[in-house]
Amino acid sequence: MKLRKVTAAATTALVLSLTATACGGGDGDSDSGSGGGDKIKIGIKYDQPGIGQQTADGDFAGFDVDVATYVAKELGYTEDQIEWKEAKSADRETMLERGDVDFIAASYSITDERDKKVDFAGPYLLAHQDVLIRADDNSITKPEDLNNKNLCSVAGSTSAQNVKDTIAPKANLQTYGGYSECLTGLENEAVDALTTDDSILAGYAAQQQFQGKFKLAGLKLSNENYGIGVQEGSDLKDKINTALEKMVSDGSWDKAVEANFGPANYKNEPAPKIGNIVK
Amino acid sequence: MTSVLYDAPGPRAKRRNVILSVAFIAVLAAALWWVYLKLDEKNQLDWVKWEPFFTDSRVWTTYILPGLENTLIAAALAMVIALPLGAFFGIARLSDHWGVRWPSGAVVEFFRAIPVLILMLFANAVYAEFTDISSEDRPLYAVITGLVLYNASVLAEIVRAGILALPKGQSEAAMAIGLRKGQTMRYVLLPQSVTAMLPAIVSQLVVIVKDTALGGALLNFSDLMAAVRPMSAFYGANTIASFTVVALIFILVNFALTSFASWLEGRLRRSKKSTGAVLGAEKVDDINAAEVGGSYGTGAGGAL
Amino acid sequence: MFDFLEDYDVLGAFWVTVQLTVYSAIGSLIWGTLLAAMRVSPVPLMRGFGTAYVNVVRNIPLTIIILFTSLGLFQTLGIKLGSEDFTVINFRLAVLGLIAYTSAFVCEALRSGINTVPVGQAEAARAIGLNFRQVLTLVVLPQAFRSVVGPLANVLIALTKNTTVAAAIGVAEAAFLMKEMIENEAQVILIAAIFAFGFVCLTLPTGLILGWVGKKVAVKR
Repeated sequence: MKLRKVTAAATTALVLSLTATACGGGDGDSDSGSGGGDKIKIGIKYDQPGIGQQTADGDFAGFDVDVATYVAKELGYTEDQIEWKEAKSADRETMLERGDVDFIAASYSITDERDKKVDFAGPYLLAHQDVLIRADDNSITKPEDLNNKNLCSVAGSTSAQNVKDTIAPKANLQTYGGYSECLTGLENEAVDALTTDDSILAGYAAQQQFQGKFKLAGLKLSNENYGIGVQEGSDLKDKINTALEKMVSDGSWDKAVEANFGPANYKNEPAPKIGNIVK
Repeated sequence: MTSVLYDAPGPRAKRRNVILSVAFIAVLAAALWWVYLKLDEKNQLDWVKWEPFFTDSRVWTTYILPGLENTLIAAALAMVIALPLGAFFGIARLSDHWGVRWPSGAVVEFFRAIPVLILMLFANAVYAEFTDISSEDRPLYAVITGLVLYNASVLAEIVRAGILALPKGQSEAAMAIGLRKGQTMRYVLLPQSVTAMLPAIVSQLVVIVKDTALGGALLNFSDLMAAVRPMSAFYGANTIASFTVVALIFILVNFALTSFASWLEGRLRRSKKSTGAVLGAEKVDDINAAEVGGSYGTGAGGAL
Repeated sequence: MFDFLEDYDVLGAFWVTVQLTVYSAIGSLIWGTLLAAMRVSPVPLMRGFGTAYVNVVRNIPLTIIILFTSLGLFQTLGIKLGSEDFTVINFRLAVLGLIAYTSAFVCEALRSGINTVPVGQAEAARAIGLNFRQVLTLVVLPQAFRSVVGPLANVLIALTKNTTVAAAIGVAEAAFLMKEMIENEAQVILIAAIFAFGFVCLTLPTGLILGWVGKKVAVKR
């Protein structure tokens, strides 16, 4: 399998190198899931503790992972039949459009722009953009306090853009490729706050290495309705919605929230109603 | 060891050297001490942050080794694809026909003038737009394409320099016994220049390995560099420790390659079979890759 | 077709690239020369340091070095390089990282230049009683510099291209803008062509001019 992928990569790269602009041809079928239809491919994050994190055992853990597992179970797949794929933020719509995955649960906020390209089931969680600050920092209590502060976020994220455009245009903003780099800066007092969705922040703050070190400011800078992305027009949408409803009603949803965000003192919003998108 | 740049140290010079050494050590130690204090103050030296690399084998099996594997796969593939391309353009640039020489020269100069990161970003965007490569594999394809485009043009120069480095007598002798141009190239020049180029090619691999990190940092290619992301997220944002370890791995891999290249170079220089023309490993690096077109070949003149 | 360009400051981004290149070039020329002097100096410890520095730095990806300047020097050690503004700090850190990396190659180029100076020159200089510093600065280095204009030009070209790596810590230079534009706009080929053209404009003349200078100042032997 690996070898085939590698040779496919080699040929395509060769073809493209020669022509520089031409199409790579139709031989790029590196479909590694040739195991057949008895697997379900789910896109998640690999590097967001509490949301979707690749653990050292090579397993995956987090709220999105729990939700996705539950949904897959309702769709008739056991845990062994799930094939996890990394869904990086910039790739999510393309992955769905191409059918690289069946659905995506990767801190995926429902926005009008994305809704044009893909369909969303859910929402299954209402998060807000917030800032993570050091536990002993009491200088940030309202959004305006962020001006003239040193903030950190991930390059190309909407949170970073929000800060620059509306929330605190005068703030110093550092961007990195990942949140961990920001946390190092926060820990070392080079930046004052790390900003992104509170669910992601809670996941970080809940890690045992950080307990008691950081806290959420609770600013609610925006509403992020996490949905499960499926291909446009897919019949999965309704099935997933049913599964999500069941997850809330049988208490599994609360358990998952408690298990993943509990230690961070994260005050989650109640489970959102399906189709009820908070602007 | 004495050098021609200074006299053998007498008693006074020896004393001065000792004083300089001590002063140098003092400055260096003071700088290191300051860094140590600062790191300690910021808790970056806490055992929790470093412990996983020593006690938790899963760090290696889950994050680092798969990342290293991707780095090496990308580097190896890029080299394998770039070599024939480079050889083609390098030989084409030596052609007697301007219609062949000129366009291949233009291609080589063009791709050498553009940053490899720009080539990678471009390839990534083109693959996303015009091909159906899955988003999982796209970064690998893009990284390899960028590396191939750039390194083929560097290798073309190495090939050209390798052929030019051969003593003129070789091609003259070939002509004298009536070989045609193609035959001269195939039977006489290429076989000899391949050995002459080997050290340069191996040290170009170092450049390729280093450049894969660009894909990890800016293209989401899951290489050694990108392995830091999920890893440091899992182990409590120990980014300083993680990047230090990753940097050490890069140094080890590249140092092994560099050493191999200079061992190869020494062996080729000593061997009696060859013409003695060797393209030095030192002469070719990403940064001074272009200089191989010049006067290098049979060793430097001075004795410093 | 070119409408979307109005939303982006392409020239501004290339200006940052040029600034990065110029500052780093000056810095790495100085530090690289010092390193080369260390590597041929009579003090064994300095020789050792020079060799170790070059061998370590050359084998680390520039990406990691640049990231370390930001994550290590700034975020951890608190070195702000005299500014509170992140944009300025990141720019200066990138220059620092580029200097640290490029000087290793300047050092190597210079060392090979020193090797091309005939032994007799240094011997004659010592015979008339010059000490190490005088031999180096008055006799050997001036000749060495003249013979390495070509290789140094290549280092400068590589440096120009390497400034793109500064995008990794968010310095708004050419590659950073290109990444942003590719994410937002559809005309991939056009965007790539613009940036490729920009870099060709920066690097080709450098090579040609310095190549000409190199021939001009070379010591005929």
